[in-house]
Amino acid sequence: MIQVHEVTKYFGRVAAVRGVTFEARKGEVLGFLGPNGAGKSTTMRIITGFLPPTSGCVTVDGYDVGRDPVAARRRLGYLPENAPAYGDMTVEEFLTFIAEVRGFDGTERRARVENAIGQCLLDPVRRRTIETLSKGYRQRTCFAQAILHDPPALIMDEPTEGLDPNQKHVVRQMIRRMGRDKAIILSTHILEEVEAICTRVIIISNGRLVADGSPAELKRAGGRERSLDEVFRELTQTADVAEAIGQEATT
Amino acid sequence: MIGRNVRAVIRREWRSYFNSPIAYVFLIIFLALAAFFTFFVGLFYEAGQADLRGFFLWHPWLYLVLVPAAAMRLWAEERRSGTIELLLTLPMTPTEALLGKFLAAWLFLALALALTFPVPLSAFYLGRPDPGVIFTGYLGSLLLAGAYLAIGLFTSALTRNQVISFIVAVVIGLFLILCGFPPVTDFVARFAPASVVEGVAAFSFVTHFDGLQRGVLDVQDMLYFVSVMVFMLFVTQWALRSRAGK
Repeated sequence: MIQVHEVTKYFGRVAAVRGVTFEARKGEVLGFLGPNGAGKSTTMRIITGFLPPTSGCVTVDGYDVGRDPVAARRRLGYLPENAPAYGDMTVEEFLTFIAEVRGFDGTERRARVENAIGQCLLDPVRRRTIETLSKGYRQRTCFAQAILHDPPALIMDEPTEGLDPNQKHVVRQMIRRMGRDKAIILSTHILEEVEAICTRVIIISNGRLVADGSPAELKRAGGRERSLDEVFRELTQTADVAEAIGQEATT
Repeated sequence: MIGRNVRAVIRREWRSYFNSPIAYVFLIIFLALAAFFTFFVGLFYEAGQADLRGFFLWHPWLYLVLVPAAAMRLWAEERRSGTIELLLTLPMTPTEALLGKFLAAWLFLALALALTFPVPLSAFYLGRPDPGVIFTGYLGSLLLAGAYLAIGLFTSALTRNQVISFIVAVVIGLFLILCGFPPVTDFVARFAPASVVEGVAAFSFVTHFDGLQRGVLDVQDMLYFVSVMVFMLFVTQWALRSRAGK
């Protein structure tokens, strides 16, 4: 569903992402891990077409993000980092705007907005302006925006960031449920979350992919059973070690 | 001609103007200043002429400050709050987003201009002004506002800081006023050949606005404003693309 092929991104002379290749298939919840600054958000921005890659390409459902961006974006839902939304609009106005641009009219539009409000439990705040909402509601408003058109592919940059434990639980359940018939890529720093909802994990360090496999596979890599936390630290702490183990984990 | 995405962006921008105090503050100040300049500084009554010269005369100066204020948030705020990432990953082209924002703000300025209707009404009440001159004056003023707006939109796309956007837009606008302003052109004429003076003055808002407010419907003047808008929108699009992640 989402294919990332040999993507490299330079900012000036600094390489943020180097030759990253992976794929997320339908029915997969792909956890995207890596230390801060490793290139997670940049990679996600390239997948959504917000940033052009320096080289390489991304396809969503067969559509090249660079050559056919509008068609690719129709099939994508995107929750950017920090869940941005127009603060001066109400939740309902904001979702209606998104539905409009997503191409829904009349009763269909209303139904889509209602459905997104219902799924993300936003009914109590639907007429409040977004800037007056708590972090949890704001996060869910942006989440609602991403799933409004029921896209086959979802990209989520830290979807549970800033939520309380109850809200995290609700969002994780939603992701797991949607993961059955969508391709989902989500980035996170919470490793229990990965074990709870991800069917596969990729780890990026210094712009390079250093691991790709199911959580269970990663824990067993290197011959002995370790916690995901240990594996993560080992893979991302020094670039040399990371590269060596990365090759082992991917082969 | 205007697609659904552009219309959706226009509606969203209008919501933003009117959900916040921006629209009301802008309209009130614009109308108050327009009236003040026309009736007190421009000596509308004392001039004893049934025309709107004293009204339109001040528009380049009014817009100089007010239009960048209305334009500065258009992209800078999207950048600051991160919504630019949402907007530019929705299934529409950056051109549609840009056009939507430009048209939304231009329509808003048109509304402000339309609300000055009591001024021509009082001219008609007091005398018999030439409706054609009033029409070209309004047309010129609308085009002038659009040109300022396109500059403000460009400076807004360059930064996440609205203050910087505002100041840079005012400076560019000021340059475009002054390069055709008689005191400045007279000064330049003292040491530069006439052709240079004319060349520089040809870039000025004032030179092109002057004809329109006197009732001369010159295609060249209109073309000038339209090309400023098209050019600035084009540059804005380039700025958005090259500064996408910054």
